[in-house]
Parts: sequence; C-alpha cells; structure tokens
Amino acid sequence: MPNLLIELFSEEIPARMQAQAAETLRKNVTDGLVEAGLTYAGAKAFSTPRRLTLAVEGLLGESPDIREERKGPKVGAPEKAIEGFLRGAGVSREALEERETPKGAVYFATIEKTGRPAEEIVAEVLEAVIRGFPWPKSMRWGAGSLRWVRPLHSILCLLDDESGARTVPLTIDGIEAGDSTEGHRFMSKGRFSVASFEDYEARLKRAHVLLDPEERADHIWQEATNRAFARGLEVVEDKGLLREVAGLVEWPVVLMGEIDEEFLELPPEVLQTSMKEHQKFFSVKSPKTGRIERFVTVANRETADNGATILAGNQKVLSARLADAKFFWENDLRVAKAGMEDWVDGLSSVTFHAKLGSQAERVTRIAALAREIAPHVGADPDKAEEAARIAKADLRSEMVGEFPELQGAMGRYYALEAGRDADVADACRDHWKPLGQDDSVPSAPVSVAVALADKIDTLTGFWAIDEKPTGSKDPYALRRAALGVIRLVLGNGIRVELVQQLLFGRCFDHLFSIKELHILNDELNAAMVTVQSRKKPQPESFSDWRNVIEEVQNSEGQIEAFESRIAAVNRAYQKARIIATNLLAFFHDRLKVHLKGEGIRYDVIDACLAMEGSDDLALLVKRAEALSDFLKTDDGENLTQGFKRANNILTQAEEKDGVEYSFGADIKFAETDAEKALFAALDAADARIKPAMEAEEFAEAMRAMASLRAPVDAFFEAVQINAESDVLRRNRLNLLSRIRSVCSGVADLSRLEG
Amino acid sequence: MAEKQSRPTSFQEIILRLQAYWSAQGCAIMQPYDMEVGAGTFHPATTLRSLGSKPWAAAYVQPSRRPTDGRYGDNPNRLQHYYQFQVLIKPSPPDLQALYLGSLEAIGIDMEMHDIRFVEDDWESPTLGAWGLGWEVWCDGMEVSQFTYFQQVGGHDCHPVSGELTYGLERLAMYVLGVDHVMDMPFNDPQAPIALSYGDVFRQTEQEYSRWNFDVADTEVLLRHFEEAEAECARILAEPAEDPKTGQRIVMAHPAYDQCIKASHIFNLLDARGVISVTERQAYIGRVRSLAKLCADAFVQTEAGGYAA
Repeated sequence: MPNLLIELFSEEIPARMQAQAAETLRKNVTDGLVEAGLTYAGAKAFSTPRRLTLAVEGLLGESPDIREERKGPKVGAPEKAIEGFLRGAGVSREALEERETPKGAVYFATIEKTGRPAEEIVAEVLEAVIRGFPWPKSMRWGAGSLRWVRPLHSILCLLDDESGARTVPLTIDGIEAGDSTEGHRFMSKGRFSVASFEDYEARLKRAHVLLDPEERADHIWQEATNRAFARGLEVVEDKGLLREVAGLVEWPVVLMGEIDEEFLELPPEVLQTSMKEHQKFFSVKSPKTGRIERFVTVANRETADNGATILAGNQKVLSARLADAKFFWENDLRVAKAGMEDWVDGLSSVTFHAKLGSQAERVTRIAALAREIAPHVGADPDKAEEAARIAKADLRSEMVGEFPELQGAMGRYYALEAGRDADVADACRDHWKPLGQDDSVPSAPVSVAVALADKIDTLTGFWAIDEKPTGSKDPYALRRAALGVIRLVLGNGIRVELVQQLLFGRCFDHLFSIKELHILNDELNAAMVTVQSRKKPQPESFSDWRNVIEEVQNSEGQIEAFESRIAAVNRAYQKARIIATNLLAFFHDRLKVHLKGEGIRYDVIDACLAMEGSDDLALLVKRAEALSDFLKTDDGENLTQGFKRANNILTQAEEKDGVEYSFGADIKFAETDAEKALFAALDAADARIKPAMEAEEFAEAMRAMASLRAPVDAFFEAVQINAESDVLRRNRLNLLSRIRSVCSGVADLSRLEG
Repeated sequence: MAEKQSRPTSFQEIILRLQAYWSAQGCAIMQPYDMEVGAGTFHPATTLRSLGSKPWAAAYVQPSRRPTDGRYGDNPNRLQHYYQFQVLIKPSPPDLQALYLGSLEAIGIDMEMHDIRFVEDDWESPTLGAWGLGWEVWCDGMEVSQFTYFQQVGGHDCHPVSGELTYGLERLAMYVLGVDHVMDMPFNDPQAPIALSYGDVFRQTEQEYSRWNFDVADTEVLLRHFEEAEAECARILAEPAEDPKTGQRIVMAHPAYDQCIKASHIFNLLDARGVISVTERQAYIGRVRSLAKLCADAFVQTEAGGYAA
C-alpha cells in the first residue's frame, strides 16, 4: 500500500493561519480520498512559514470496482425526466433496461465504475482542495487567477511504496507537481528531490528546516528556559506567543538579551506587552522580585557570530520602543498624580454607543449601580461608587491608547498614584474580569460590585436598545458579560433577585432615564402642592413612584398637562418589565451552558427553573446541584419514576373528572398496610422537608423525599387506584396529590427526562 | 544572489544604490512626483499604473509628507517630511522576494549575519480605496520595508496583480549606517569637503513646517482649497472623452488625479491642525476615496489603463 506525501510551498504564510490550514489540508484531502474510495491508515499534517505538508500512510493503491443499479422513471415518462435520469446516472439510452414492476414498466440503469489508480484520484482531489481552500484571506498574484494565502510556488505530490516513489501528475495554473522542494531560505541552497515522507523530513532537517511546529515550539521553550535558568531567571509563559513565534521560523535560534537599565522600572505589564506586541519577545523575569529583567527573541537562522549582530539589532529596536512606552508612562503619571481629572472629564467626549451615550454617561450609571449593589456583596458603597467613577479613566491614558490590552492594569497603577485606596485601585484593574472562560473571578467586594455594575449596565443597555447577540454575531461580547455576571454571583455566593433588584430598574433607566423621572416627579409634586396644598413625600422606589403616578392620575385639575409624560413612564414600565424578563431568560440560557460544563443536565436545570425564585442564581444553582446529586442515587431515580407515575394517573383523572384532587386524603379510608404506611411516610417527610426548604437545605429535603421511595413503590404494588368505591378512589387520588405536592416543593420533577 | 557589498557611508549612497539595483532589474527609474503626497503609493506611477492590463515596472524616490508626524526635528526618527523608495512591478514577478532581498544586499545588509523575516501585514489605504496582502519585512526585529501584492486600487480589482515594495529610507539608512538620531545621519559622503548631515539639510525645514502645520496654516483657506480640488476633480472627469478642439479621445485621468492628491494632502494638513473631529474624519476620507475611485474609473478608459478603442 502506498504512502502519499504532499507539500504546498509558498511565500510566508501568516503565523496565525498555519495550524488551521494544515488541519484543513489534512481533512479536505483525506475526506476527498475516502469519498473516491481510497481509504488510508493514518494521516498527519505539518506547517512551517513557507509550507503546508500532509503525509498519508497506507493508502489504497486503487479504488475498488463499483457496480450499482439505479431505478429510473417509468417507461413512457416525459422525455425530460428520462434525459435527466440518464445525465444523473451517466449512462446512454441504449444501456437502459426495461423491467416489469408491480407499478408497471420501469427503466433501470446499471452503473459500473471500474476502480481507478490512486494517482488519478489524488490529482483530482488535490486540485479541488487547492482551488477551494478556505483561507481567511486569500489573494491572486502575477497574471494568474489562482488564489492562495500568498503566492504558491511549488507542489510536491508523491506516492511511494516498495517499488519506489512516483510523482503524481498534476498541473495547477502552470505549477507542475514534482518530487522536490527547497530548504531554509537563507541557510540552504537549491532544490532537492525526496523519495518518501521520512526522507523528506530528514532532508529538510539537513537543509535547516524543522517541519513539525510542535517540535519547533518545544525546542524554543526548552532553549529559552535553559538560558533563563542559567542566569537564575525564568521565562514568562505565554502559549499563544510560543505558537506564533514557532510559526515565524523554520530554524529557531533562541537568543537572550538585556533590557536597558532605564526601562527596568516600568510596570512589568508594560514591558511584557510592549515586547510581545511589537517585537514578539518573551519576557524573562526574576523569580524573587517578579521584575522583568531580560528578553528572549527567536531568530530564524544561525550566524557566524552566534547571533551577536541580530541580538544587537533587536536590542536597539526594543530600546526605541521602550523609550516610547516610558514617554507615555511619564506623561500618564503626571495626570494620575494630579488626580486623573483630565481623563475622567475626557470620557465625556468618547462615545460608548450612539444610543447609549458617552463613556462618561456610562460611568455615571455604573457608579450609581455599583453603590446599589455594594450592600449585596459586602462592599462599602462609597468605595464602590468611587472605584466605578475612575475605573474607566485609564482608557484616556496614553499607555492604554497605545496598548489597549493594558486597560485595567494601568488603571490600578494610576489609581494608586492618585492616592486612592488599594481596594479601589484593585477594582480599577479587576472590574473587567472575568474576561473569558479561563479568567479568574474577582472576590474583593469593591471589585465585585464594580464588575457586576459594569456588566449589568452593558447588558441592560443593549437589551433596551434591542441589540442582542444573534447566532454567531455578538459584537459587544454580551454572552461573555452574562457569563461574567453568573460567575461573579456564583463564585461569591451573592444572593440577589436579579430581575427585581437589578435588571428591571436598569432597563427602565435605559428606556426613560431615572433623571427624567425625578424631574417629572418634582414637577408633579409642585403641581400637587398647588392642587391639594400638601407636599408629597419624595418617592424612594419604583413602586412608590408608581403610587405617586396613580394618585396623580386619579386627581383632577392641572395634572392633565402631565398626561402624555405619565403615559410615557407607564409605557417604559411595561417595556422594562418585558425586557428584564427576556434578559433573565438569556441569563438562564448562559447558566445552562455553564452548568452543562459542570456536569448538570439541561432538564435538571429546567426542573429547577420552574420553581419560584429562579432569578436568584445562587439559589437556583444550589437547588440544581442538589437535584443532580439526588438523581445520581438509586432512590432518586426510582422516586422520580414513582412521582411521574403518580402525576400521570392524577393528571389523567383530573382531566377526566374535571376537578383538582387536592382536597386532602384521609387516613381513615386507608385499607391496606401499604396505603397506611404511605400516609405515615408522607407525614414524616413533610415534617422534614418544610424546615429543610426554609433553610435552603435542598440535599436534606431530597433525602427526606428519598425516604418516600419504598412506601411509594409498595403503594403502587399493592393498591388499585381506580377502586370500585368512589370514596376510596377519590381518597387515593388525593393521596397521589400529596405525593405530587411533597415532591414538587423541591423542583418540578415532571420536567425531568426519561 | 549578488556579491557581498561594501557598507555605504551616506544616506544618498543608499538611495543611489537602490536606484542602480532596480535599474539593473529592468525598472524605469522615475523621479519624484511634483506634488505633495503622504506616501510613495500616491505617485501616479503606482496608483494609476497598477490599474489595467499593461505591464509596468518603475522605481523612484518619493518625498512624503505627514504633517501630524512633525516633531520640530527633535525626535530621533519622526519627521513630517521624509523619503520613501518605491518599486512597482506589474505583473508581480515570481521571484519578487528574492529580488527584494537582493536590494537589501545591494545596500550592504549581509544576509549571512542578519535575520530577515516576512511578518504578516496587510496593507490598506482607505483614502485610495486600495488594499493588498503582504508583509512588513523585519531585519533583526526592525521593520525595514512594506511588501504588498495589490488586490484592489480605486475600487478596481487588479488584474494582473502588481507587486509593490516600499522602503522607509531614513529608518532603513539609520539602521544600515548605525546612526541613532536621524539628524546625525550623513547625507552625502562624510569625507566630502563639504560634508552635510541630514540635520544640515532638514532640521530647519522640520522646525518651520512643524510650526506651520500645527499652528499657523490657515484652516479656512485649506477648507476652501479642499472643496475646490474636490469640485475641480469631478468637473474634469465630467468632460466628454472626445476633445472638441483636436477631435481626439483624451480622457483627463491624470489632471483629475492631481486634484485628488491635492485634496488628500489638504485633508492631512487639516488633520494636523486639529480641526477635524473623529466623526468628520471618516467623512473626509470617504470624500477623497470617491475622488480616487473616479480617477481610477477614468484611467482604465485611457490607453495606459489598457483601453483599446
């Protein structure tokens, strides 16, 4: 069985695209081969800056013969239908066979495909793959029309087996496939032929190309850590950078260099970001002080001076870059030490979103909300508000202007320079968190308050203007924000009713603006004073406002002047209610995804969502976790079955009789021991479940429920529900109703699957 | 590859060597365009000649002006007036990367000692309605050139594709000559009887233009010039192709394009004066782009643009 080797040799492929491209090459080629009848034993793809390579092992030498019969239209069918069938089957009119079937005479075609040699199939498949390659961005070059990520120069396509290697005949846009390739751009000269994948890989290595990106990355990391270690330092780990750098070189040579003394006092985040973004350097730090003292760069070649010239050049470029960074840092420090007022004021000239106002307006909303949230998370309201007011200030700093990814990190430094408390400064840094699935969740109360306020303002804002995520489009990262809220709430055990205490008020504010409501209220009060000669108390909450409005609406006189505005407030109330509920459903969806990751089934969450208080996420999760654990036990699984049986019988009976059996079963009508035992068990369980539920001890409540399993099973075993006596039947149905109500106190078990 | 080259000793020697090298590769060595432009790409030898089917090969120095980058001659490498060296070859030859590397050797960069890298950097000019794919070329971590395969110019697909090389001459020369401040760089031979540094030639003009660009340029006049250039460009192109006087078909793509260049530079000046707000900025860029598109539309209706009667 032959092996197949393909190499697509081009000008430099962007590092960020290489891994995906190699994988696509592997998948598309092997899929195409298999579809054409060529199975294989194994396939592996590789990439370097200049090549995509695919090695397929144990390919069939030719595709098997295929004989297939296809049923066509009826004899006498319209000519068009017959022609279409002939085209589809690829046979001629003469080759059709007429056969009698129960439905009359029908045409049959026999399609015979003789097996084809691998060469032919490989050539076809590879051409199709190259022409249809899904590069994120592709281009044309010269006078040709082929598209590739950068100009494609040569194609190596080779089949080899015991009898030797043979080139697959193939020409695409003037590029003829061959059996040769090139080595390193600078450290190797000329083309060379290869006979197999092993030969190819070995010759490439001699020509200073390490084919496997993982091998390059391992080599880089090994060398970098060794060099750092020799000086008692360590390399700051950065997997993304490592992957990228491995995609920029074919022959990695690791060099370590110094950072000019004058830049060592810059914050480590600044050094690291500047070196990474501009130069793709790794940072090397002292394990003792955490200070970044050196850098590692990876060259693409060896030189006679062991890289001294290359390193000197890199060092010079770095100094120029860091001089810029230092300039920004020093300018920023002046503003920070003066209290950051310039930046805070400047936020009013930055638009956050055309419909949601400037960054300054946003900050005002977040500050008010952070203050409101503070008591729920054990934070000092003054500090939460103060932190929120300056948390976005660093967006105006020169450093963040240059390196947006330093937002937050710089905010903390500048807040400290401005003389703010450490927990306020930490909140400036951490209120952006958690940024992704793997990012940590803040736990310091002030940080938590601002982080929540920031995300809730964003979510309610975009919901209010109806710019929700759709499908794969989520330009404002609202899914991430919602997951952030969920993780903040759960991670810190925050007990809050989302809709009532947070979402509704914010949605209303986005729709009507509480400021306007205040103005309206003041005017109304003034009007009322003249009407009724008495001063209304200042309303404190939404329901107070609502009362004021209603009272005003009921009163006569000058209030007419306010009617349209009051109607607007009412509309905003209605709409805010709908939006907040809709947003809660979005949280629930995100929560399901989150809990799925923790091993909790969707239907378990649905069973808990059906209960009251489902906008208290911490409570919801507590309940879901208990139910999930409960269902993993034998008792849990069986009791659920018992419950469902009881519920089904009861529901049917209730539908049939048109009544609800919840009157209360009476033990005096109990006939059998099993029935009596169930009464006793329900009483006992009830006595345990109620206090447990009040204390939110769901596990205990479920253990109490589990004790019902045996009596319920025994009851169904021994007792006929539909008794002759109507009294007995009703009593038993009422008893089922007790099972239902006892079980339903914990979760809506009817929503469980299976 | 070429023989190892001696190291050049002055800024102008680097320019002369680049010209000699690209001349040897068969390029027409053109002279700078006689108008103020922001980059060598604006020269009609690049913008317009990259359009249409006719082969083209040109190289030239283009003085370029970026008013916002003025630093009164103090900054070691930021200037409001600087030089770009530009190469445009259509269709892009298959060995363009090797030709480019040859040009680096020609100016004394020893490939055996340095680390040259092609790092992804896609080029886009919103004012010209142009984009292409390519790289920035790094020499020991420093960007020394921009290397682009033009895909679209003035809204037109490029067929065939031009290969474009842009060298930032001051930065490249500072690196080759080992100079830390641009003003200290030898402009002519440092052994010449009258040796001139870059500063001798340009320090004063950097100061003068920095002051004028940032604080003195009359924005009302500039705004008016912008409108006038815009109107003139459209007016030129609205003329019928047939010249009533000579009876010949004369589409005036280049005179119209001059007005587009003018509008673009005036926009840059207004930007430096800080009178264009963030939202207006996009609108101005859009206005220049529509001029560029009109000019591209006109150029492909000319003989040089591949128009066959």
